Parts: sequence; structure tokens; C-alpha cells
Amino acid sequence: MTVQDSITVDLAEVSVRDLNQRLHHLTDGGDADWQILNPRGQHAIAVGLMDPVQITIDGPVGYYCGGMNQNAQIVVNGHSGWGVAENIMSGVVRVRGNASESAAATGRAGLVVIEGDASSRCGVSMKGVDIVVGGSVGHMSGFLAQTGRMAVCGDAGADLGSSIYEAVIYVRGDVESLGADCIEKEMTDAHISELAELLTRAEVAADPSEFRRYGSARNLYHFKVDHADAY
Amino acid sequence: MCGIVGLYLKNPNLYEKLGEHLQTMLVGMTERGPDSAGFAVYGDQLSAGLVKLTLYDPAQATNWDGLAHRLQDDLNATAEVTARASHAVLIADTTHDAVANWLRTYAPAIRVMSHGDRIEIYKDMGLPVDVANRFGLAAMVGSHGIGHTRMATESAVTTEHSHPFIAGADLCLVHNGSLSNYNRLRAWLSRRGRIFATDNDSEVAAQYFAFRLGQGLPLSEALRAGLRDLDGFYTFAVGTRDGFAVLRDGIACKPAVLAENDDWVAMASEFRSLSALPGIDRARVWEPAPAVVYSWEAERMDRAA
Repeated sequence: MTVQDSITVDLAEVSVRDLNQRLHHLTDGGDADWQILNPRGQHAIAVGLMDPVQITIDGPVGYYCGGMNQNAQIVVNGHSGWGVAENIMSGVVRVRGNASESAAATGRAGLVVIEGDASSRCGVSMKGVDIVVGGSVGHMSGFLAQTGRMAVCGDAGADLGSSIYEAVIYVRGDVESLGADCIEKEMTDAHISELAELLTRAEVAADPSEFRRYGSARNLYHFKVDHADAY
Repeated sequence: MCGIVGLYLKNPNLYEKLGEHLQTMLVGMTERGPDSAGFAVYGDQLSAGLVKLTLYDPAQATNWDGLAHRLQDDLNATAEVTARASHAVLIADTTHDAVANWLRTYAPAIRVMSHGDRIEIYKDMGLPVDVANRFGLAAMVGSHGIGHTRMATESAVTTEHSHPFIAGADLCLVHNGSLSNYNRLRAWLSRRGRIFATDNDSEVAAQYFAFRLGQGLPLSEALRAGLRDLDGFYTFAVGTRDGFAVLRDGIACKPAVLAENDDWVAMASEFRSLSALPGIDRARVWEPAPAVVYSWEAERMDRAA
């Protein structure tokens, strides 16, 4: 196998399908850094990667960039469309601009960093992923979040953490409103040190002691016979 | 799924390029709507006393010059007509109502796609690039425009069911999404005198806003009233004589991206359609929040002034 330092792919000349096929069959570039030029908001760039490659995408991407990622380290030097890093399994996806809706939706593990703002339903149904947002998140973020952690350095929109299970949400700014069964919880020293570790790993500068912690009141977990008529 | 785009130019030096940019934006939304496409372009304001109508002949059998001559004679008015594929733009020194009434008698098959003193609307079946080329969008000049690429859900694929839908003089709307209470709303509006051209849900939204504006509400208030009365999913882009507005429903399931710099405001369902605009790298790019009206009006010198 030939080891190369850097491979450049220009999406003005090559289709996304061709790029993804090359990335799925890494016979020549397993140890290389990949530079992707001219993404121009196209969908499904660098989806389903299985190898620990470093990918830098130079510009805004469309839907589902970095979806189902395993092991790869993906950096987007621009904005991302819907569902960035959807169902990520491991590795890192970093967006240096803003992210559209459903960032890191259903993510299983790994780290997703949005350096700008994330839009609605960030971390919807997250299942173990860590999400760090440098700016704010939109409405219904953390909806049905099951496990994992989300840290928001700015504000959160309406209905944060609606029907949340065991995921933890840290927010530094204002929360417009909490969703069903989501409550503010005590921020202990253990939580501050856990958050500090997460922020450091995400390379996001913020004082962990300024955050508040939110999670499930667990009132939706159990059938209540008093409410039997309502079912 | 459908694609919607809008471009509102603040810098009059760009007016010559409106059609070119709008075409690139429209074609960028092809994957979201390959069934049909349409667009509205706002050009120079007509002199007082003139009215402009975009007409469509489904049979494509009309002798437009002959129609203009007959209209001149019957209404004792001057009329000029310019044909573009299946459409024609008629400019006459009379009123919209007079022309519309005359058409109902003399040429009932002809549909009025738009009326006002700036707007022209062109729409047709086929891929967005083919529709744009058919009408010569790239060469069109104007201050702002909106466009739509349709993936049909609620009604048939025909030219009439394509967007934009007119909602009054110089006012039109494009819609990405679907409305669930539109049959009831159409009946409610019909009882209040609105006349519908299609069974399309988006036309109901256009007629609804026309009705609210007719009650004297400003555009932003009319759109806010829609948040209460329109049930379903929507991102709307609305064009007015001097303005442009965007509205998403409270759940905001339908995508929208806005971008703004000193020269223009642009909106599209996806960033793809904004990626080729001049200066996009330095524009502010954000997603419109749910249930918030975004509008721009008269932020520029009027070209005709």
C-alpha cells in the first residue's frame, strides 16, 4: 500500500458518489488526509465512513454530511444542512459554521461539534453521542434524547429536552422553555468536571461553572393508574 | 417535497442580473421538484393608469396580436402584448377587472397568471431548467423574484397547479409543504367572495392572505394571522410590489435558509441554491425561526424614480 500525505478531491469535477466510493474502499489513502473542495451544499458527503481518516471539507455541505460515521475525523469549513452526523457511531464531526436541523440525530457515540449555531431538533433521539454547540440551539432540541450529553454554550429554543430519557443537557445561556418531563437539575462538582472534560475534548472555550444542567423528571416513565381514563 | 427560492436585490446595479441569478437558484432546487416549475419577476413599475397581466393559453392557439387588437377595440384602450412560449404579457391602459371581465367573454380559455404594475408570472410543467429556458428567465431584469420547483402531492401536475400563485395585484406566493385544513378554508373563503382557479392547497394559502390583506391588514399581520388559521406544514415565500417575506409554521419541518448582505437578501429551501450568489461567502446565513415573519420592503431606491 502506498502511503500518501494528502489527497485532494474537487467536487466540482467528481461526483459525491464517486468520492464516497473511494472513501469506502480505502486501498490507497488509508493513512492520508483528505481535502474535499467545492462541496457547494451537496448532500451526503463523506457518509458511512469506517476508517480513521482525517477529512477536511472546504465549504458548506448539504444534508447528512458525516452520517453513520465510524472512526473518521471530519471537519466542515462552512455551514451544514439537515442531519449532519446523523446516527454517528464513533469518530468526530466538526462544523465550523452553523448547522441546520437535526444535527447528530440518533447519534450512538462519538463527538459532534457545531462551532456556530445549531437549528431545531439538535440531538433529536440521541442515543449516546456527545454534542457540543458553540452557539445556540433551536426549538425542540434534545427531543426524545435517550443517552449521551449535549452542551450548549449559547441559548436554547422552546421545548428543550421534551420527553427526554437519560441524556444530559448543559446550557450556558437562556432556555426559552423546557419540554415535557424535562427539568433543571443540580450542577454538582462531578458534573462540572465532566463538562469541563467534554468542552476540552471539543476544543470549545467556555467556563463549565456557568452552565445549568437539565434532564428527565422521569414522570413519563411509569403508567399511572390515576390517568387510566386518559389512555 | 418542493423547492422554493427568492431573491430581493437591494443594489440596483444588480437588477440586470436578476434573471440569471434566479435561474441558477431555481435550477439548484431541481431534485426537490422535478414535476413543474414557475417564477415571478418584478420589473420596472408601469406608468400610472396602465396595468400588466401575464396570460396563459392552455391550447397555445391564441393569436396574441389579434387578441390585443380586439381588446383595444372593445374596451377603447391601448394594449401591447409580448408572447413568451405559452404565456404572454399584456400591458393596457385600463383596469385588471376590465381585462379579466372581457377575457371571460371573449377568450374564456385564457388564464390570468398575474396582474399588477410590476409582476410577471411564468409557470409550466417539466424540469426547472427547461421551464426557465422556455420563458427566457436568465435574460429577465428586475428588482426581485421568487421561484418554485414542484414535487406534486396535493393536486395534479398541470401548468395551472404550478406555483407561484397570485394573491392580488403584484402579490404572489410559493409554498413548500402541505396544508391539512385547506378544503374547509377554501369553503370559508368562497363564502366570502374569493374565486378559486384550482383545487390546489397552496392556492388556498394565497387566497387566504389576499383576503386578509383585503381586510386592510399589512402583509406582516396577514402572515401572522395565517399562523392561526392555516393548519399543516409550510415554508412560504411571498413577493409583493416592493417587498419579500418568508414564513415557516410553528413546527418548522420544512427547510429554509436565508442569506443577506449589503446587496441582496436571498432565501432557498436549501443552501445549494444560494451557493453561487455573488458575495455569498461574506453573507450572513441563518435559518428562519418557526412562526416568525421575516420581511423586507422598500430598502432601496426605486429604479423608476
